Amino acid sequence: MNTVIIKYNAGNVVSVTNTLNRLGVNPILSDDPEIIKGADKVIFPGVGEASTAMDYLRERKLDQIIVNLKQPFLGICLGQQLMCKYSEENDTECLGIFDLNVLRFKPKLKVPHMGWNRLFDTKGALFQNLPKEAYIYFVHSYYCEIGEETIAKSDYINDFSAALHKDNFYAIQGHPEKSGQVGQHLLENFLKL
Amino acid sequence: MLTKRIIPCLDIKDGRTVKGVNFVELRDAGDAVEQGAIYADQGADELVFLDITATVENRKTLVELVRNVARQINIPFTVGGGISSVQDVSALLNAGADKISINTSAVLKPELIDEMALQFGSQCIVVAIDTKDMGNKNIVYTHGGRKPTEIVTEQWANELQERGAGEILLTSMDHDGTKAGFANELTAIISKKLHIPVIASGGAGNMGHFYDVFTEGAADAALAASIFHFKEIPIPSLKNYLHEHGIPMRTEL
Repeated sequence: MNTVIIKYNAGNVVSVTNTLNRLGVNPILSDDPEIIKGADKVIFPGVGEASTAMDYLRERKLDQIIVNLKQPFLGICLGQQLMCKYSEENDTECLGIFDLNVLRFKPKLKVPHMGWNRLFDTKGALFQNLPKEAYIYFVHSYYCEIGEETIAKSDYINDFSAALHKDNFYAIQGHPEKSGQVGQHLLENFLKL
Repeated sequence: MLTKRIIPCLDIKDGRTVKGVNFVELRDAGDAVEQGAIYADQGADELVFLDITATVENRKTLVELVRNVARQINIPFTVGGGISSVQDVSALLNAGADKISINTSAVLKPELIDEMALQFGSQCIVVAIDTKDMGNKNIVYTHGGRKPTEIVTEQWANELQERGAGEILLTSMDHDGTKAGFANELTAIISKKLHIPVIASGGAGNMGHFYDVFTEGAADAALAASIFHFKEIPIPSLKNYLHEHGIPMRTEL
């Protein structure tokens, strides 16, 4: 199986690569449209700021490549946010795969939301055979609204989309690559799609 | 609900752990990766690796250790000890560390925090404070608690947040090693005032102390070393205890 991690200016890919290696997968890190299009699975990680990341993707026309992909695709953290319609982070138009907005947490508690939080209302193949109380490691200051595409929720200050799904596109707000057995299992489920 | 974090700290010297650790499962008592993995399997929420030698010669060994930890451990971990430049941070993050922790170098050159936060993001910059109660005020110490400064701890904590630190690791030198409980009062003052998480450290002796630091001390996370190493408090028992007493905990792994 040929798994490609999209290479762009947002994100430490070491952890994702290490976790995939533990699952017996040796991912290719690439920003080459042909290599991305030819992959069996595409992973879109991300740590960083939304507008800079979107500029980078647009300059390389990766935005158009991504939205037209047909194979299973997984966005992680900022990756999930960029797959939404719009982000309040520097007023950024995003990829629009999910018809949802990304909003900043109201600072009623400490922001960023950092640490382990529980997933609830999970549905679909990504969450198969996970423990009933599945905890994921999060680090984020912006969150995706809840909508029809929500396949898992978590709560901090308010409920938000912890995972999204539409057609071949999947996204998760937390960091499965840093979430112990649960996270590893989740990535394994994605690789089985 | 966001859970409170339990963080074991491993002291590293020449790429190996120090202090007697007696896990029966352990094949090599000094193997930091193996020890970290056992803690992760027991339910530790994060790990801290602290290089206590922190000499230039040991940098490469530390980077190599970080690379091995990152390959084998699937929970977040922080690396600290002797980090004094953007290059140091870059090497450790590229090797797979999730966060780095700085202490003395932040006091000597506070702009470092701004630079590091700008380049790598606040979320991976932990600043450690060693603090001592002087009776009328709390003072910051540097150089592993050997040198006093004139900096007032609470003010320093504010400045760290302003400069872009992502988290504060607060060690009370008065409580460290006493096993008489954390510095709840000071931890609460700092944690309630800031919008970044505070990790309390120093003084853990029993499970009730953790309960106290999460309630009275308003800590976001608690760090300890010897009580975990010597198995005085197994992590699963601690987390179950706290969960039963109403502290949000990640209990299922």
